[in-house]
Amino acid sequence: MSHLYYNAAPQETRVAKPRKAPRSYPTHKPAHIYLYGTCVVDLFFPEAGMDAIHLLEREGIQVNFPQAQSCCGQPAYTSGYTQQAKDVARSQLALLTEDWPLVVCSGSCAGMFREHYSDLFKDEPETLAQVTALAERTYELSEFLLKVCQVELTDQGEATQVALHTSCSARREMNTHLHARELLNQLTQVERLDHDHESECCGFGGTFSVRMPDISGAMVADKTQALQKSGAQQVVSADCGCLLNINGAFEKQNIPLLGQHLASFLWQRTQVKQEPNT
Amino acid sequence: MSAREKILASLRQSLEGTQPLADPFDASLVDKPWRYCPAERVTRLKELMTAVHSEVHLTRSAEWPQLLHELLTQRQINRLLTAPSTTHGQAFSAYCQIQDSSLKLLAYDRPIEEWKRELFDDVPASFTGTLAGIAATGTLVVQPSPAEPRLMSLVPPLHIALLKASQIYDNLYQAQQAWPRPMPSNLLLISGPSKTADIEQVLAYGAHGPKDLIVLLVEDA
Amino acid sequence: MSSQRIHTLDVTAQNLKSNARLSLKDQQLRTNMRSAMDSLISKRLISMPDEDERENLRELGNKIKASALSQLPDLLEQLESNLTKQGIQVHWASTTEEANAIVLNIAQARNAKQVIKGKSMVSEEMAMNEHLTEHGIEALESDMGEYIIQLDNEKPTHIIMPAIHKNAQQVGKLFESRLALPYTDDVDSLIQSARSILREKFFQADIGISGVNFAVAETGTLLLVENEGNGRMSTTVPPVHIAVTGIEKVVANLQDTVPLLSLLTRSALGQGITTYVNMISAPRQPDELDGPEEVHLVLLDNGRSQAFADSELRQTLNCIRCGACMNHCPVYTRIGGQAYGTVYPGPIGKIISPHLLGLENTPDHPSASSLCGACGEVCPVKIPIPALLRRLREENVKSPKQQPQIMAGQGSRYSNKEALLWKGWQAFNTKPLLYKTGTFLATRLGQFTPSKLGAWTQNHSAPKPAKRSLHELAKKHLEKKS
Repeated sequence: MSHLYYNAAPQETRVAKPRKAPRSYPTHKPAHIYLYGTCVVDLFFPEAGMDAIHLLEREGIQVNFPQAQSCCGQPAYTSGYTQQAKDVARSQLALLTEDWPLVVCSGSCAGMFREHYSDLFKDEPETLAQVTALAERTYELSEFLLKVCQVELTDQGEATQVALHTSCSARREMNTHLHARELLNQLTQVERLDHDHESECCGFGGTFSVRMPDISGAMVADKTQALQKSGAQQVVSADCGCLLNINGAFEKQNIPLLGQHLASFLWQRTQVKQEPNT
Repeated sequence: MSAREKILASLRQSLEGTQPLADPFDASLVDKPWRYCPAERVTRLKELMTAVHSEVHLTRSAEWPQLLHELLTQRQINRLLTAPSTTHGQAFSAYCQIQDSSLKLLAYDRPIEEWKRELFDDVPASFTGTLAGIAATGTLVVQPSPAEPRLMSLVPPLHIALLKASQIYDNLYQAQQAWPRPMPSNLLLISGPSKTADIEQVLAYGAHGPKDLIVLLVEDA
Repeated sequence: MSSQRIHTLDVTAQNLKSNARLSLKDQQLRTNMRSAMDSLISKRLISMPDEDERENLRELGNKIKASALSQLPDLLEQLESNLTKQGIQVHWASTTEEANAIVLNIAQARNAKQVIKGKSMVSEEMAMNEHLTEHGIEALESDMGEYIIQLDNEKPTHIIMPAIHKNAQQVGKLFESRLALPYTDDVDSLIQSARSILREKFFQADIGISGVNFAVAETGTLLLVENEGNGRMSTTVPPVHIAVTGIEKVVANLQDTVPLLSLLTRSALGQGITTYVNMISAPRQPDELDGPEEVHLVLLDNGRSQAFADSELRQTLNCIRCGACMNHCPVYTRIGGQAYGTVYPGPIGKIISPHLLGLENTPDHPSASSLCGACGEVCPVKIPIPALLRRLREENVKSPKQQPQIMAGQGSRYSNKEALLWKGWQAFNTKPLLYKTGTFLATRLGQFTPSKLGAWTQNHSAPKPAKRSLHELAKKHLEKKS
């Protein structure tokens, strides 16, 4: 959304920011990264966070998990509570003191760091410089695995068909759908099936899903039906907000599917021994 | 304070301390992607106009009056609104005379108020010139004039337009450079007969204007 | 015809949520809308296949509109001066009441009885038809879609395709009952019936009304875009033509209309150009034999200067009314245009209506979006619609007393309780001990999560927190490693 944001003098008529050049990536894997779990993963999909850690450690990267992390501030930001979002964002910034890459387990939260912190702190030049630098080294997990780690996955699982759902902000702000597809393509026994209106929103939208339950409900009902009709045995996504929405609706509608975080799917497919993850 | 003063004052206040942004126009963006060689111009215009239900006939200076006459005969049209004072109007009228044609040529020689009923009910076809053509979009540029008033290309169910190949521009930007200044009271871009897709997106031609558009494209002019 | 048709007056803009609930249940509407929007989406893309060409043009479109807005008062004066010189009379209206009074005055001065209208969304803003009818003047829509919905006493569901929510059977039945025509669902026959009725109305009309797509300051030209020919009829046949438009429609130069036109017609309908582009720069000249003797332009503010006052919200006025944002909107596709209860539905409607009607009358519009970004991605003039929706949410939850007041109706969704909740959220997420305790309790007591959690469990089963948080698992794992 605010990739269109323009940082101009207060009264100046705004023009849209020019199109971004394709992102360039570091040529070497970093020794350290910060992992940002996100609040939804923390409480509802902790195994996805752990699988992200396993995947990253397998790449020889030391994962740092600041224990004081909480939420990126997005729920308040998108609900119009800008000051509250700003305070929370500031507290998260304070944790990320090293210039290590920040790897985020959820697309929309990565987008918050990359695209919207600059809006929050547009009036604080020092913090703005800090968030601009942070944005440069913030990655959504699948992007980091693919582009920075240049991960090579060896599929160990049975043949299966999956449908991929990508969160709208991750798709539009970071091309996560393309990254996730490439990762899935590396798995030789996994066939990715398209589903109807694949690029369409699942209806989550944070507080939208509770403020406008009728509209949101119609959207998620279409999404779950499309996923089911695709014929896929499994549903994966790199965004836990969408997963919370889609899985909750699957269960409510008695559809025998359960969306899985891409990190968990990738980790499980590439494990020789089916050990418990922890 | 008048509405005018109120609006302008409010807008000016909102812009206080700012400068107008520089003119951002970039001709290459509207020109370069839409350039064609002369032969392509004709084919492209024909292709695009045909795709929207127009008939485009390639013809020559010496042949178009005969072609026009044939087309009207085929359609059993016996009344045609023309502009006798224009070169093309004269040329066609001369042809009809030589042929001793039964076609009745009507002229738009009175203010609309004096013959509105007739124009609406009894004129099955009209024949006009064009100022230019546009290859990129398959478009005719029509400049209504005292000789060929505005409604001539609108009210009759069939509009026939004469277009010289040499007058086809690559794109709207190029065509625009040649438009008269000050702008004429009315200038039209016409890209096919009138149409609508307002019911279920089903395309229907002959909405409120002509149901058919025929272009006589004169290749050697 | 749907029995749940929603009558949409501006007042029902306050009932977006309940309107939407009704619309969502209307399966016919859902099917009609979905297939129409899918088709418009694919047509647009087919007409702009080259990404570089498309994106460069969108950037140019954005800059041209921004540049025009950055000198808006000057351009309006230049437009007025050129039009006046060329014989077109210019009127200014701050409110829709003023605009209606101007139109009525012109009509009464001509002793007009019948008005024929080309498509104009600004006239919808004014509720011009109702106003003229009240004063004994017949106002008839001539755009096929507008004609259909006027027959059915509805409001447009889409700014480009007003009757897109109806299928041919529905239109056939409508013509049968209102026009006493034999039933048919053949689109060609339906259109031909309407054509012959409306031709007579063009013939009789004392005044033609139109909107304006672009008003060119440099040349004093009103540029109108259409496919049907009704726009040309309305602006040419009657002796008087009144164009009504918003103050934001002015552009500096004639050449600016080249990219804007291309963006407009391709974004709207996937057309490289519309059948007609009608450029009007003067009334009938002494040597001309047709065209209106009088041409008027009414420039309407109606809340636009409020949006203009804030540089972020000013971007709302870039809009060239193509409708692409609604075609691509998952919310609009499901609820249709009438549920919004506003003249402009869909994403653009949600960001412009609060300025036209005040936030107090559109309290749910900023929230009725998942901020998926589909609209911003296709907007031909790059309006950051999601960012503006977010900004309106901010204005909507502010205390009504907070200064400066940017919007009429600021704080219409302000609630002490909700503000407190977000303060609590803020504390929870900025105080690690509180967060740790909270997540600890949630994970340990997760099994006791109530099965009904307000609106969430309307569509979902209740979410069960995991047994251990990622914080705990990661801590254990990383400590073991080191």
